[in-house]
Amino acid sequence: MSTRAEAAQGLRLVSPTFLYVLVMLAAPLAMVAAFSFWTQDYLIIDRTPTLDNYRAALGEPIYRTLLLRSVAISLTVTVVTVLLAFPVAYFVAFRVKRQQALWLFLITVPFWTSYLLRVFLWKVILGYNGVLNATLMGMGFTDAPLTFLLYNANAVVITLAHAWAPFAILPIFVALARIDRSLLEAAEDLGDGPFRRFTRITLPLAMPGVVAATLIVLIPTMGDYITPRLVGGTEGLMIANMIQIQFGQANNAPLGAALAVTAMVVIGTISAGIFLIGKRLGGRLT
Amino acid sequence: MTRLSSNWLAVYAIIYMIFLYAPVVLLPLFAFNDATIIALPLSGFTTAWFEQLWGNQTLRTAAINSLIVAISSAVIATLLGAFAARAAARYSFPGKTGIIGLIMLPLVLPEIIVAVALLVALSQLGLSLALWTVVVGHVLICTPFAVAILSSAFRGLDRELEEASFDLGESRWGTFRRVTFPLVLPGVISSLLICFTISLDEFIIAFFLTGTDVTLPVYIWSQLRFPARLPSVMALGTILLVLSILFLVLGEWMRRRAARRQGQDAAAGGAMTGVA
Amino acid sequence: MNETNGSAPMIELEKTVKRFGTFTALHGIDATVQEGEFFSLLGPSGCGKTTLLRLIAGFENPTSGSIRIAGHDMRGIPANKRPTNMVFQSYAIFPHLNVAQNVGYGLKRRHLSRREMAREVGEALEMVDMAGYERRAAHELSGGQRQRVALARALVMRPKVVLLDEPLSALDKKLREQMQRELRDLQRSIGITFVLVTHDQEEALIMSDRIAVMFEGRIAQMATPEELYRRPASRRVASFIGVMNFLPARATGETQTGLVVQIESLGEVVLPSHTIPAGLRVDDIREVGIRPEMLTVIFDDAPGPRHSFEGQVSGNSYYGDMTYYDVVLPGSERTVTISMRNTANRAVVRPGNPVRVGWSAESILLFRQED
Ligand SMILES: Nc1ncnc2c1ncn2[C@@H]1O[C@H](COP(=O)(O)OP(=O)(O)O)[C@@H](O)[C@H]1O
Ligand SMILES: [Mg+2]
Repeated sequence: MSTRAEAAQGLRLVSPTFLYVLVMLAAPLAMVAAFSFWTQDYLIIDRTPTLDNYRAALGEPIYRTLLLRSVAISLTVTVVTVLLAFPVAYFVAFRVKRQQALWLFLITVPFWTSYLLRVFLWKVILGYNGVLNATLMGMGFTDAPLTFLLYNANAVVITLAHAWAPFAILPIFVALARIDRSLLEAAEDLGDGPFRRFTRITLPLAMPGVVAATLIVLIPTMGDYITPRLVGGTEGLMIANMIQIQFGQANNAPLGAALAVTAMVVIGTISAGIFLIGKRLGGRLT
Repeated sequence: MTRLSSNWLAVYAIIYMIFLYAPVVLLPLFAFNDATIIALPLSGFTTAWFEQLWGNQTLRTAAINSLIVAISSAVIATLLGAFAARAAARYSFPGKTGIIGLIMLPLVLPEIIVAVALLVALSQLGLSLALWTVVVGHVLICTPFAVAILSSAFRGLDRELEEASFDLGESRWGTFRRVTFPLVLPGVISSLLICFTISLDEFIIAFFLTGTDVTLPVYIWSQLRFPARLPSVMALGTILLVLSILFLVLGEWMRRRAARRQGQDAAAGGAMTGVA
Repeated sequence: MNETNGSAPMIELEKTVKRFGTFTALHGIDATVQEGEFFSLLGPSGCGKTTLLRLIAGFENPTSGSIRIAGHDMRGIPANKRPTNMVFQSYAIFPHLNVAQNVGYGLKRRHLSRREMAREVGEALEMVDMAGYERRAAHELSGGQRQRVALARALVMRPKVVLLDEPLSALDKKLREQMQRELRDLQRSIGITFVLVTHDQEEALIMSDRIAVMFEGRIAQMATPEELYRRPASRRVASFIGVMNFLPARATGETQTGLVVQIESLGEVVLPSHTIPAGLRVDDIREVGIRPEMLTVIFDDAPGPRHSFEGQVSGNSYYGDMTYYDVVLPGSERTVTISMRNTANRAVVRPGNPVRVGWSAESILLFRQED
């Protein structure tokens, strides 16, 4: 088969899936973008292009606060999740010898519990009469229930760090597992101690995995709205909650669209920055 | 690093696993707990909450809706995933990175964005929300998983095997039937199971796109507001968890069988590793 | 040497060109393989051997030129309709089928009875010395066994041509040598045409009736193993097949018995007419070649060959049965390689010692082609 015929065959094969994504994802996303420049009054859509929605999204304090808070919470969640996950990935990649598949499986199991219930159960764990407080008081660590656990940004961070754990561990594990062990031995042979070897060889080579983990956690976190609703209280609400409100009760889809686009642009820019920094740090990214 | 830090690492990993499993362990505990309040200490053993589920008509309808959505989504996503994975694993064509990238995009796109985009599109087209609109959304988010799982199945399929079949006089269709399909079948089943599980558990898209026919997660969401209903929600969650794990073990077993058949290292990571 | 002389041509390639995009993998191949011949395509990696084999098998179509098999033009005939069967480099043993199912794979379409099928499969396995392995799973086979099953799977189809793409390269040295002998003997006994691709010159020499040496998509020389070794057509073929010493030289005149050639360090010599390749332009001679085994160290004062020179050993490599010496030529910095069989009462000459080296005019090679 010639290269031309191969290309044609490949395109033919991919076309059903490509068409589906084009019609069901790309086109609707483009529509959202278009919507964000329109206005809505009850059920009537006015298609005169305007920047009013963006002016509101970026100018009005409530939206700006939610946006900034979402970015801050997402970044915190991402950093916490990746930092917590790295040692586990390292442990499974380098210390677990025969049971690697089992460990990986066990890491993914909690992810398959109903997401709603997982978040709800964190509420049960972190609450005033919650499991954690009951345990701490039962063991005599505290006299009164801790109140800073639930209905704030802390709760959102803890819950999301839990929700995204496998997505952070697995890419890092894959990157670490791919590292050729003889490279580590070579570094040691050339005089590096464990710490220097880690910072000069292991970490740079694991960088693609770390960057992948960061992006996989960061982007969807920005759009989460169950967790803030259930455990965030009012000071833990995020932009996705507002988007949902605009499309729902507020009946202002164009503003919702503008908020969605703004959030995506912001998170996209941050992601691109992280990607570039990671590339610089890791030398090579796949 | 050193022995000492190695031990610390193991201790840390175990603490981390406790963190991961804390909510999962609580779920069955409260499901069998003889109390209406979801809190410690536990008061006694009961299966009453499970029995309550049985007679619940709304729940039954929601479960059937969820099954319809999950089965449809799994079949369609696996089919679409198979096309894309085969193309990606075997051929090079112009725009390949972009096309595959777009197909995999829902993996990093927040679900609320997918949901909102489809909502806008559907309302613009004047289509009303129904179960099929949920399926459309679920296919979008399941397809990347199907592509990832099936890509590794197709990549493990040595091109020379198909050529050998052709060389021995078999037709294209015969080659597909006798060589290609049997070798990727475990991957297909594994993809079906994982897509089914994802769809069954998906809430945000279902919440936005479902009309009057609710799915199980949407039903659960509506119940979370009523404290009296919580214990039976826990029971329902327990059942779903057990089913999910069952499907996953089955899916993983299939994946490994596929790898073994193709002579690969079966232990080289789970299905989720392929996604990452 | 060539027992197939006079039989019909089995594969005829005429001006066969293959391009991949802008890259030309084969520049107009002309070759004929006779029925019953063991024919090898020999050349360095990337020279287009596999591509040529895949054109014959029907996995690729030629950009131009024609391929005929058993007298039929193969244009438009797909791989599954051609009278050829392939032994793949990876063996391509179907991993989900056992040995018998693998070997019987292609017979399925011939609608044989269960009994006939089992007999055919059994016979094919017998041929490759794998009788009794019918129920073995694919993953339980060793490398050598996979190779045998792949061969049986091709032979059971009773093809006119068996195509083998580096079938032995994955095996270790001992097993490879054993399989080379077995494969050749099997081919001789069943008489099916074999086309073997290899990059190993020794393998090609041992197994083939004829060899086509390929460089960069062209056939440089097509000949029997002996002719290829003794009369390489070009410097490049000469250095690819075995070891060859090259010495600058030019023609200075002609006599009734041969050609007078001035060779650096060795002096003037008359090369007998029968050693001079037809079509050689005397003015184009720039160098001559001589094989290491054609240079002999003269150990005692016994009368040696007609010509000899005094050199100094600069290094040696001991191979057990043989020793290779590097000898510096008189009045020059140039060294030549000499091989000597080690006999019971002969010591290895140490570097630094002088040696007398004998040679004869018959063993001097002239190259017909420029590279
Ligand atoms: N499908 C193809 N597309 C592009 N180039 C190819 C293709 N197949 C082979 N080639 C190129 O053709 C040349 C010859 O390849 P091949 O026949 O495999 O060499 P050999 O078997 O002698 O090692 C190589 O340079 C290779 O890169
Ligand atoms: Mg080759």
